[in-house]
Amino acid sequence: MDHISPTIWQFLVKWMTNFALFPPEASRIAPQMDALFFFMVLVSLIGLTIVILLVTSFSILYSRKRHPVAVQVEGSTLLEATWTIIPLGLFLIMFVWGALIYFRVFTPPANAMNIYVVGKQWMWKAEHPGGQHEINSLHVPTGRAVQLTLISQDVFHSFSIPAFRVKREAIPGRYTTVWFEATQPGTYHLFCTQYCGTNHSQMIGDVVVLTPEEYKKWLAESTSGVSLAQNGERLFASLSCAACHNARPDARGPSLANVYGSKLALATGQSITADGAYLRESILNPSQHITQGYAPIMPTYQGQISEEGVIALVEYIKNLDSDYRIQQTLNTTDLPPESEGKTGPAGLGHGGQESPVQAPAAQGMVKP
Amino acid sequence: MNETIVNLPDQSTARIPRDNYLTRENGLLSWLLTGDHKRIAILYLVSITFFFFIGGALAGLIRLELLTPQSDLMATDTYNKVFTMHGVVMIFLFLVPSVPATLGNFFLPMMIGAKDLALPKINLLSWYLYVIGGILVLYTMVAGGVDTGWTFTTPLSTHYVNTNVLSTGLAVFIAGFSSIFTGLNFIVTIHKMRAPGMTWFRMPLFVWAHYAASILMVLGTPVLAITIVLVALERTIGIGVFDPAKGGDPILFQHLFWFYSHPAVYIMILPGMGVINEVISTFSRKRVFGYTAVAFSSVAIAVFGFFVWAHHMFIMGISNYAVLVFSLLTMLVAVPSAIKIFNWSFTLYKGSITFETPMLYAFGFMGLFTIGGMTGVFLGASGTDIHLTETYFIVAHFHFVMVGGMLMAFLAGIHFWWPKMTGRMYPEKISQLAAVVTFIGFNLTFFPQFVLGVLGMPRRYASYPPEFQIWNVFSTAGATILGVGYLLPVLYLTWSLRYGEIAGNNPWQATGLEWQTQSPPLTENFVEPPIMDHEAYDYEWLERQREKEVASAG
Repeated sequence: MDHISPTIWQFLVKWMTNFALFPPEASRIAPQMDALFFFMVLVSLIGLTIVILLVTSFSILYSRKRHPVAVQVEGSTLLEATWTIIPLGLFLIMFVWGALIYFRVFTPPANAMNIYVVGKQWMWKAEHPGGQHEINSLHVPTGRAVQLTLISQDVFHSFSIPAFRVKREAIPGRYTTVWFEATQPGTYHLFCTQYCGTNHSQMIGDVVVLTPEEYKKWLAESTSGVSLAQNGERLFASLSCAACHNARPDARGPSLANVYGSKLALATGQSITADGAYLRESILNPSQHITQGYAPIMPTYQGQISEEGVIALVEYIKNLDSDYRIQQTLNTTDLPPESEGKTGPAGLGHGGQESPVQAPAAQGMVKP
Repeated sequence: MNETIVNLPDQSTARIPRDNYLTRENGLLSWLLTGDHKRIAILYLVSITFFFFIGGALAGLIRLELLTPQSDLMATDTYNKVFTMHGVVMIFLFLVPSVPATLGNFFLPMMIGAKDLALPKINLLSWYLYVIGGILVLYTMVAGGVDTGWTFTTPLSTHYVNTNVLSTGLAVFIAGFSSIFTGLNFIVTIHKMRAPGMTWFRMPLFVWAHYAASILMVLGTPVLAITIVLVALERTIGIGVFDPAKGGDPILFQHLFWFYSHPAVYIMILPGMGVINEVISTFSRKRVFGYTAVAFSSVAIAVFGFFVWAHHMFIMGISNYAVLVFSLLTMLVAVPSAIKIFNWSFTLYKGSITFETPMLYAFGFMGLFTIGGMTGVFLGASGTDIHLTETYFIVAHFHFVMVGGMLMAFLAGIHFWWPKMTGRMYPEKISQLAAVVTFIGFNLTFFPQFVLGVLGMPRRYASYPPEFQIWNVFSTAGATILGVGYLLPVLYLTWSLRYGEIAGNNPWQATGLEWQTQSPPLTENFVEPPIMDHEAYDYEWLERQREKEVASAG
């Protein structure tokens, strides 16, 4: 290869040896989605072949040279019905097949392990229930259903793991969920796929799939020592939530023990199931969510708690099964919020540990 | 028998008619104050070509940046501005007005035997609005650009970026009114100005397609205008409609935006389909197979097109049941497009086919639009949409429809009607070459992007993992070929204005009323108002007319 410059040659070799044609299938849903994908590829190829065959064969048979005078044909109801009904039938098969997969991807099993993911310009922060924090990476075990609860702190982002064939938008102001079950240990791409500003293309990371044993080891090594719920408990105390939500007979707010998942009667007469999204809303927007029998006196915490802080609180309330815990936290009400950062060492040294309690001014949207 | 149908007058004696719409009046003012739909079409043609090449240059910059995995040609901010401006320019200043405002403006009145559009001054106003929109876009570019993406997603556009969102929004708002007025004009004209005997089912399918597109323009574009006003108010005084902190909902923006922007896709493609009907019929000398089905499929696309917008939001947390409904409706809207493709294929059956440039572009359209349409089904099926949306798959899909479909149709139409618009023929051989070059360049540019999308490469990325490079290199290489394919027509069409052969009235022996008058036409189109006494695409009628002429001349 004397006549090709070595630089170009190296370049070519690099391409030929390092390129991808199809993404790895690393989750339970991936092969199912690919089956539909290849079915559609097949149908498209057949359709395209038919069109090409029709056009070329008619072009040859009825070219002006061979067929100087056109024969006028009005149309044919039978033929037209055929090419209406067959595509319609195929499209309907794709619709049903696609919908089945869609419902599978967005209906998590009851025993799924939940990881919170917060998107912000331009990073992904993952909060594991055990208190492990990660930035731009996500460690998950094989063989276990993992549900992601996503929220954005600023603009729309989208959490995409091509190897798992799942993707979900992280939206400001509401939780969205997606789940998967990883099958192949390895490291896979994590992309933000919703355009989110200047460094959109740097909002990427790795999804690390570990065997259950390795995962256990990783959990033990990277814990901050304080679980997400414990973090929430501290916040609960430092924000003086227990001043009202203390389950005493004269309490000004409803008891929060076992509230998660229960049906609540609201002051408006509506009945609602208290899920994570509801808990989040009632912390940030309490006047819209008054439980029957209570006065609308709770102040909003909008702008005072970061999304991570809300997540910690939600996680704490989720796991709250007796009022005893709350009575205990009464004693720690004086705990200053600053102690937060000191007790929990940074998970993997990513340096993303900011205090969940922020000055009101620092939070919220920046005016252009 | 000759392999072409070109039927030119004797070049040694033929002359361009002395009195035509180009020569009737002279001077810049006669153009800027004209009410003649043909002159306005020419004004549009010049301006959209200008913006097409600006958008094309921006596309070139995008492809150059993506040649390497790193973000090295320009800063990521600059890249974001470049793709945003590419989208804004191509969609609002090229694709939306391309066929309707040029070919539609010029030929829709002639095809139904009218003297002009119903509202000539509104027609001129719509061109001025377009120009103001265009100037605002140019101003935005000079003033530092905008980096929201053409979709203006909130809250990014309202609260986070500090670029020229307002001037771009204003530009789109104003250009939108240009499109509303064009649509309105077409609807009124088709209802009120048809020549005697021109019943609805004698209209050329080009007119049907424009009617369907006009309904979309008139009903859809105001929603875009409202959305842009809301974004501007949110950005300037913080009304909070889209701001969750104030009780608003950013998803509402998505609903409003796509309520226009999905039908907008049909605004762009339907007129293109109209062109393909005329071209395929003319060059196979046959009535369009299943005229009624094709006419109604245009209307069906327009109607269904309004009820599929949420398929852009399958992974945005809208209800799973809403996803079911919108996915189903999306499948239904795919059917009329499939019908059209098969009807065009069967129009060739038992025809007498020749392969002039417009026909080559039309064949290109059919192939590329089939791929574009089928890959749309991949995205309409909710399950596969999860993986493919927001990646290069979607970029490839809409470029196959918009560039492979619409731009091919536009070029087919421009070549087809060039003799009528200018009175001169374009050079055939080199334009056939350009059509083939465009087709090859197009496939090389956009097919690799399907692979990239399946691999998961997100759209709007200035940098990407190195294993995606090879496909990006193919794509960039293809883009350079495509660029040549688009430059060639500008060169030879300009050349033909002076040196092209004299075309005569009807060089293609086509049946449309626009071909039964002189080229270039008179300002009032017809010497006496035509009477439509035959069906559309009636080649036997044309044959009888010719025999009559020969008899009377002899």
